[in-house]
Amino acid sequence: MDWKQLWEILSAADNVPIVAMIPLLAFYMYLAWKQAHANDVLIEQLAGDAALAKTHHRKAWPFQPGWAKEVHVWPFLLRIEFLAAIIVTIILMVWSITLNAPLEEPANPNLTMNPAKAPWYFLGLQEMLVYFDPWIAGVVMPTLIIIGLMVIPYIDTNPLGSGYYTWKQRKFAIGTFLFGFIILWVSMIFIGTFIRGPGWQWFWPGQTWDHNRLIYEVNRDLPDLFGITSNWGKGIFGAVVVGGFFAVGGLAVHAFFRRHNPKDYKRMSLLQYSILMTFLLTMLGLPIKMLLRLLFHIKYVWITPWFNV
Amino acid sequence: MPDEKDPNGKNGKSVGLVDRIKTGVKEDLESLKTDFPAKAKEQVELLKKPSKTQVFLSIFRHKHDDTPRNRALGVLSNVFLHLHPAKINRDSVRYSYTWGMGGITFYLFIVLTLTGVLLMFYYHPSKVQAFRDVLYLEHDVPFGKLLRNMHRWAAHLMVIAVELHMFRVFLTGSYKKPREFNWNVGVILLVLTLLLSFTGYLLPDDQLGFWAVTVGTNMARATPGLGNEGPFAPKFITPYNDVRFGLLGGSIVDANALLRSYIWHCIGIPIIASIFMILHFWRVRKDGGISGPAAVVLDSEIKEAKK
Repeated sequence: MDWKQLWEILSAADNVPIVAMIPLLAFYMYLAWKQAHANDVLIEQLAGDAALAKTHHRKAWPFQPGWAKEVHVWPFLLRIEFLAAIIVTIILMVWSITLNAPLEEPANPNLTMNPAKAPWYFLGLQEMLVYFDPWIAGVVMPTLIIIGLMVIPYIDTNPLGSGYYTWKQRKFAIGTFLFGFIILWVSMIFIGTFIRGPGWQWFWPGQTWDHNRLIYEVNRDLPDLFGITSNWGKGIFGAVVVGGFFAVGGLAVHAFFRRHNPKDYKRMSLLQYSILMTFLLTMLGLPIKMLLRLLFHIKYVWITPWFNV
Repeated sequence: MPDEKDPNGKNGKSVGLVDRIKTGVKEDLESLKTDFPAKAKEQVELLKKPSKTQVFLSIFRHKHDDTPRNRALGVLSNVFLHLHPAKINRDSVRYSYTWGMGGITFYLFIVLTLTGVLLMFYYHPSKVQAFRDVLYLEHDVPFGKLLRNMHRWAAHLMVIAVELHMFRVFLTGSYKKPREFNWNVGVILLVLTLLLSFTGYLLPDDQLGFWAVTVGTNMARATPGLGNEGPFAPKFITPYNDVRFGLLGGSIVDANALLRSYIWHCIGIPIIASIFMILHFWRVRKDGGISGPAAVVLDSEIKEAKK
């Protein structure tokens, strides 16, 4: 266990934000879960008691008949905003006094940094470069992430859970978002920041960053495992495998979605449903491709003269 | 008959110019003695109530007694506060619902603008001077190091705050009808925040920024159709006219890339982001204020649209 190495990584000035973000995220997930749980309990109670549902104010927070439903923005909101601004300023001041922004040697195109890392919030995408060609990891994926986020309001047809925390009313939507945000985005950033060392090799936390380490990995393409050698054969084989993933995966997701979200399934138009399927399967394909690489040393699945997947 | 009392009349005693001046001055002196103490007294009384002065009333357009009307006017008649409604749902002020992340993001943008403008006074976006300017800023400019640190960390904090804001908006289902469009504006603002941070990364012109931007823009080389190493690129796309060339103003990360990065960072993206922020805040109000905390809705209460 190389504690010095671990400390060097954890305390590197630019890594501090991601170190700070993990407990912050844990805290806010707890806060959200607490309120979602309280609301879910209330929803269950109201669903079982029609009389109460008519008179209850329908929030987990207490409310008494005499209380005003609205409060003045001044001072009740503005004082909070003012306080928040002061607290953020204090945090920022203390942080800026105690920790210096990094400044390396002057830029030198002849001396490559090893590892050369992007800013922490892009490390998830940089990590993707291990598993995909640059045009997918660097161009297609960011585009898909942005478009995928943008279509969310138009494909989520569930009218429940608008304006309050809940889990039971929106299991599918929240589960999917947590998978995309926590598993794919944040943990990829975590790997890129803390695990990847010189040569973008995998170093466990506490393992010394050995700049001379060589790993003799033989990554093979999937068609090679099946003894396919001709270019045409590889292209067709890859198309069948990738197409098969979308077909079989799509059918599996369809079977699941139809049973567990019958109302959403009924509400969705064909266009909404196909967009949901496309993005969901692409997102699921990501960890599958990663596992193929990490566990089975498979580089490409689909090889064509124009692109490789 | 001429008026006998006419001082200039033939029958009356004529009054000379000197006498007239004498009486006049006497009257003036008399008025100093009587009027000024009275005016001074009045003035002191007025100064005791500064909120009654014309200057004050011209700036603040309403009274400040603690009445509900004045509380509302204090928000509505203030250009900086009038984005708020006068009154809000009593539960909307709960920190546990919004986490305050949207507001914190905006506050950090303001901090970044202020510290950024101050940094611009000391920075030349040229290969010769950029790195030296940062050294100068760190070692010679009073509070220069603090200024740079604050800019750096506020930028990182802003990325965190934006992501947490988006997380909260998702978890509360706040993107649902009628707020679909504002969610999209928010996604664009997220991208702009990341781009702002990324363009700033190169500016110190050190190894960290140089290689981060090299890694980042190398991906642009692989853009399908538009990058010289990307799939489906036509034959005429070369390293000297592809999309990476356009981003860097050259085929390598050099002086032009520094200048482009600087202009995007300090002028281009902040203006675009400001426009989207205006839209974002305006839509928050137009879409009915913040989404909640709303009353919970039961599954049995949803009326399905007939198909």
